[in-house]
Amino acid sequence: MLKKSFFGLAKPRMEYDLLPARMTEPETVVAPKTATLLHPKQDAPNAPALLKVGDTVKTGQKISLYADDPACVISSVTGTVAAMSPFSGDFGKNYTAITIEVDGEHVFDDRFEELARQPDPAAAPYLAGIPGGPPMGTLMDPASEIKTIVIRGADHDLLVGTNQYIVKTGLADIQRGIKALKDLTGIEQIILVTAAESLQGFGHLGARVKSIGRDYPDALDHMIMKNVLDEVVPAGKTCEELGVCFINAEAVASIGKTFDSGRMPSAKLLTLINKNGGPQLVRTTIGTPIGKILQRFSIAIEEKDRVILGGPMRGSAVFSLDHPVLPDTDAIMVVDDSRAAAASQYPCVNCGDCIRACPVQIPVNMLVRFLEAGQYEEAAERYDLLCCIECGLCSFVCISKIPIFQYIKLAKHELDRAQTVEETNV
Amino acid sequence: MFEQKKLVVSHPPFWHNGNRLTQRSYHIMLAALPAVLVGFKTYGMPAVGVVCLSIASAILWELGFNKVAKQPVTIGDGSAALTGLLLAMLFPATMPWWAVITGTFLAIVIGKHIFGGIGSNAFNPVALAVAILMVSWKHLFDFDGMLVNYDLQFTALYPIAAAKHFGAQAAASFNLWDLAIGWQTGGIGTACGLGLLLGGLYLMLRGFIRWEICLSFMAGIYISALLFHLVDPMRFAGPGFHLLAGYTLFGAIFLATEDSSSPVNFIPMLIYGAAGGLMTVLIRNIGNYVDGVILAILVINLVQPLLDKIRPQAIGKVV
Repeated sequence: MLKKSFFGLAKPRMEYDLLPARMTEPETVVAPKTATLLHPKQDAPNAPALLKVGDTVKTGQKISLYADDPACVISSVTGTVAAMSPFSGDFGKNYTAITIEVDGEHVFDDRFEELARQPDPAAAPYLAGIPGGPPMGTLMDPASEIKTIVIRGADHDLLVGTNQYIVKTGLADIQRGIKALKDLTGIEQIILVTAAESLQGFGHLGARVKSIGRDYPDALDHMIMKNVLDEVVPAGKTCEELGVCFINAEAVASIGKTFDSGRMPSAKLLTLINKNGGPQLVRTTIGTPIGKILQRFSIAIEEKDRVILGGPMRGSAVFSLDHPVLPDTDAIMVVDDSRAAAASQYPCVNCGDCIRACPVQIPVNMLVRFLEAGQYEEAAERYDLLCCIECGLCSFVCISKIPIFQYIKLAKHELDRAQTVEETNV
Repeated sequence: MFEQKKLVVSHPPFWHNGNRLTQRSYHIMLAALPAVLVGFKTYGMPAVGVVCLSIASAILWELGFNKVAKQPVTIGDGSAALTGLLLAMLFPATMPWWAVITGTFLAIVIGKHIFGGIGSNAFNPVALAVAILMVSWKHLFDFDGMLVNYDLQFTALYPIAAAKHFGAQAAASFNLWDLAIGWQTGGIGTACGLGLLLGGLYLMLRGFIRWEICLSFMAGIYISALLFHLVDPMRFAGPGFHLLAGYTLFGAIFLATEDSSSPVNFIPMLIYGAAGGLMTVLIRNIGNYVDGVILAILVINLVQPLLDKIRPQAIGKVV
């Protein structure tokens, strides 16, 4: 997995694995006894609760915590609510974890079935909870000006093969999904990007098919914007603001399946990367605790190991094996403590490796000095903080092992927060 | 939930390419070895003594500073040992012990730590220390005087000084091949051009030093020396002589490329190196000092932050 050239002149080059280079067919992890759903928590202290322990939920049911709750979560299983507890995620996000004791058989929610007969805008909140987690909020938002939908047929991170596999095996579902997406959103311009060598067999899809490079980070959204759509995302803007919305191939296939069968597709595909870096495709259910999947593949977890949602370069570590599989979880990776990259206290020595590695030519050596000092506004103004596409290569090559990537994410988060505070104060 | 094994939540990326600071220091020391060994062969045990004392005292100064400043001990990163070795390579083999210890003090404490330690030094610590020593005790770097008691198998005349005082004719008496294989007087580790080039090639190919700086420094010397030579071939020595004599190759490979005092962007690296080469030849040919490499490097260190402002525009930058 980690091949290092003897010669250090060239910039680091890491290739995405192509299926079926190392992957075998997906194995199914049967639905567990309990599943957990994460409901994005909204504070509403006095609103009467809509959901309580002991309630039964059906597969595809929209769960809100109280009346007029703007947020909701779609149940992926059928069963009884066993517990509800607060849960905190990355960067101060709060959730309510709803634990459901699963009954054997799926009982499908009537409302979901009703909406899933034909593409109807009212189905959007339901679709947001299907495997792949389509960004329905962005797509259906009347204020947004999305003109192009880009389907990611290649995965962001190294070793991950989830969306590649879907493109390889589920083209019929994707085709139906593309049609449904067009009907739902009225957006005609749909592009499927893939890292596959040959573009044959994609003709009937109803979408343009483009190939992308195989070097990391060619599959990141910003790089696709630049290389495929010939549009550079300006600092501080998002792809959505430029009228381009990215969606996972899995999500499109799930939309296809939903409108084909009229039911919520329950199988979620993900790539499990074990301690040796060996990837394995797994079919499971949204809400399955990660620990159960690891158990099924006999991956032993020791103290201080990392369990990561996502891949090695951009994933995020979780603190509990009870963390559920989410609709947009593409991969689960386990890294042994002894092999995980550790940060150090050393300062930047100005070796310039990050400069050579950065795909968007940010002066990382200067940037990191400002970030270490907490001068985020200066960093954004003078040293291109907001141009960062978050590939993680600078941290990967840093000889002082400075957690540059984490500094950058923290700085962006803090700037965002400061801006929100300013806006609400005025 | 509480019976679970505790997981560590660290940040991405979870992989690292494995390059470390320590590795960098030790590889540079390894690359310096061929030239040092040739120096040992020429000058014998006194040279070994100077190198050992220099490395040891550099490490001790660093340890001492760590203790005084209540910092974590940083001698393990090899940077102090590297500084000690490079400094000794510039000394004559007969350098008195007190001068060696003063030199490492100047390099480690004055050159590096009072600026804030590794990565924060504005000047190359080795060049700074040598410059201070040169100004303070001129005779220590008068190689003809320092090495007078040696019975060497080649002309025991410091080539750069000879060229300076007696013009191009004196320089022409040195065979370039002799200069390349180390048959010239000078610092312990600076005489053998081939050994230095071998180490430099290794470092450049492995990416431990930036080839842009090294090559542009040499090109700067070659071109400016050639121009001088063309203007007045009697007074100024040829470019080949300037490349192989004195501290030139050592400066190009080990001094100019020091990480924290050199630029990192492509065009600034070329300007930085070329300016260093030009300054060296200017000082050698029309300046006051015998060898300009050390002072030229301090000058380009000074302009480095300014040079590094020339950089490619980040993709997506909003002007």
